[in-house]
Amino acid sequence: MGLKTFPGGIHPHDSKHFSKNKVIEEMPLPGKVIIPLSQHIGAPAKPVVKIGDEVLAGQMIAEAGGFVSIPMHASISGKVTRIGKFSHPTGTMSEAIEITGDGQDKWIKLADETNYMDLSAEELKSRIAAAGICGMGGAGFPTHVKLSPPADKPIDTIILNGVECEPYLTADYRIMLEQAEDIIAGLKILMKVVNAKKGIVGIEENKPDAIKHFKKLFKNEPNLKVVGCKLKYPQGAEKQLIFAATNRAVPNKGGLPMAVGVVVQNVGTAIAVYEAVRYKKPLVERVITVSGKIIKNPKNIKARVGTLYADLVEFCGGTTEEIGKVISGGPMMGFAIPTLETPMTKGSSGLVLFNKKEAHKDEEHTCLRCARCVDICPMNLVPSLIANNVRYEDFEMAEKYGVLDCIKCGSCSYVCPSHIKLIQWIDIGKLKISEKRAKK
Amino acid sequence: MSDVYAVSAAPHIKQRISVSSVMWQVVLALTPALLAGIFFFGIQSLLLTLYAVVAAVCTEAIIQMLRKVPVTISDGSAVVTGMLIAFNINSASPWWLPVVGAVFAIAIGKQIFGGLGFNIFNPALLGRAFMVASWPTLMTAGWTATKPLSKIFESSINGLNVQLANMPEVITSATPLGVVKALRDTTQVSRDMAETVLNNLSSTDTIQNLFWGNVGGVIGEVSAAALLIGATYLACKHIIEWRIPISYIGTVFVLTYIFGGINGLFSASILLPFFHIFAGGLILGAFFMATDMVTSPVTKKGRIIFGIGCGILTVVIRLVGGYPEGVSYSILLMNIAVPLIDKYSLPRIFGEVKK
Repeated sequence: MGLKTFPGGIHPHDSKHFSKNKVIEEMPLPGKVIIPLSQHIGAPAKPVVKIGDEVLAGQMIAEAGGFVSIPMHASISGKVTRIGKFSHPTGTMSEAIEITGDGQDKWIKLADETNYMDLSAEELKSRIAAAGICGMGGAGFPTHVKLSPPADKPIDTIILNGVECEPYLTADYRIMLEQAEDIIAGLKILMKVVNAKKGIVGIEENKPDAIKHFKKLFKNEPNLKVVGCKLKYPQGAEKQLIFAATNRAVPNKGGLPMAVGVVVQNVGTAIAVYEAVRYKKPLVERVITVSGKIIKNPKNIKARVGTLYADLVEFCGGTTEEIGKVISGGPMMGFAIPTLETPMTKGSSGLVLFNKKEAHKDEEHTCLRCARCVDICPMNLVPSLIANNVRYEDFEMAEKYGVLDCIKCGSCSYVCPSHIKLIQWIDIGKLKISEKRAKK
Repeated sequence: MSDVYAVSAAPHIKQRISVSSVMWQVVLALTPALLAGIFFFGIQSLLLTLYAVVAAVCTEAIIQMLRKVPVTISDGSAVVTGMLIAFNINSASPWWLPVVGAVFAIAIGKQIFGGLGFNIFNPALLGRAFMVASWPTLMTAGWTATKPLSKIFESSINGLNVQLANMPEVITSATPLGVVKALRDTTQVSRDMAETVLNNLSSTDTIQNLFWGNVGGVIGEVSAAALLIGATYLACKHIIEWRIPISYIGTVFVLTYIFGGINGLFSASILLPFFHIFAGGLILGAFFMATDMVTSPVTKKGRIIFGIGCGILTVVIRLVGGYPEGVSYSILLMNIAVPLIDKYSLPRIFGEVKK
């Protein structure tokens, strides 16, 4: 089997052994959930409930704030108890709706249409939009927007991202083993929506059983195939996966996958799409990995959106050591957050806890110009040069050197012997440049 | 009730590597060459190396104290510079030579620019250039030969005993490259005769001896094999990368094959390029000095340009310049060009559309 990959990249320890053999467990209903209005890229959703309202699980509580936006739904039944600022898994404070549960788990009426594939592409897409689905791999781009390419950009391939290259995370791996049929059903829906002829599932080589499983299921599906990818970070980054799977390079300077006829969706998103279309079920639960050396029983948990991280940790039996760092997402691109009183969102693929030692920060040294960052940059940038330009506030040069093309995978910071926070500088550069543009 | 935890920017995991781990690994990689120096030239080599290392480390500490910046001597970078200084002198040098060279290398070559990471020139090479300019005889003449050396030269030149007496400047050269230089410059014998001697000199025997270390020269350059052991280690650890050494040595190979002969283009034997690679400081320079991360280009393309530039300059100096050896000057000259090379060799961004 020829493994596919991309130029550059790094090999961090994958640390998946903690949770990869743990069958997905359903989390008992939490006492309360906090549903942030912004769980996606685009305009925040607008609340349509007020404090004191009784809501059912699956009921819309906030409507999409525009085309590039998604609605939010109650993930448990109960009462709206607060609308205000709450801690957000990206480390900020953001507007959210708190629902205190009634312990009943009363749902809105769901459908079950087995002939859903007879629906028109438009109808399929509107069900996806109504279910409030955004990318579940991390970035959280609204799925219906990705499925609305302009007429001059035909899509021929849907790629499902099952690479899961972030260390520790095993949620996608587990759903690929346990819910492969749903994923494939979702893939077929996605293909129908954009009239794509080919469907590809990209999986990294450290999940050989998932690769084998999909190969078996694809035996009689001439249009579907599995692409085994080399074990290398960031293999799951959108542009890198597209290159590995199709040998097409997405144009830089803000080019989108649709420019090369591809739409990429996470495998978890495919399940959400399937459930949205067949059952009209909104996206209110997902699988999240809770892992780390200090988690007593690391688990893959199916939990309601809005469940507090503190509750998830408790469900895993708590911690064995003092917590040094709380990481929302994986350790390469995830956010360190100050409190466990933070809800998981639609994009929360993992929660990783570090002890004090693992959270240790090394002091920064001057750049040695060793060029390790240059050698591994998957976007072929010169990270040290960009960081330096940002440091000395020459944003024009930083932009010329491609700061906006950075995918923030963190590989450069990972390999830097001088412990320079390259990604932090690059992030500042991106922010300053977009601020400047906004002013113009 | 809820604790507040420390936050920081991603990524939250880090490869286990630091400036000092890089530098100490370079020290480790230089050790086989030092052992070879001790083996071939005696314990004096070790003493001279120690003098240089101690001088380099002390200079760094004193200057950093004067500059009121953290003293970073434990990072090993001054140790590397000290070792490289000692590697560039011969084992019969007086004790003060490596000391002066190391002080100059650290003070003028490194700290004056702001310390590690800011220097423009490879400090050790700058120190060597200073020593060559100040004490040319000490640095280039009277080099100690390893014992079997005279025999090799005898056998190489054997059978040509004709007119040997007419070439005193050839046979008094203690180093192989010195012999080559003298042969190229001599007017006392016919060009054909010089060519024959040159071809005999670059015999497989000589090259084998150069490779293992059985020739006269400076402490650190004596055994190409020992240097290559260290270089292989660094390459495996991704501390040096293939582009600079390979393009450098490759260029020297091609150019000496074309221009190395005395009677016009391609007149040399195919063994001559190997002779040029293993004689002198090319192996040390290409793997341990040209690859100095601070003073070489960061871009991949730039590293190849840098290596080729070093190769061209080295061959020009060896074949037509005034010195028998040109490795250190060519690297220093190319160090100056690094910012320019970087500027014009930026990589094509992934997905960048061709204009």
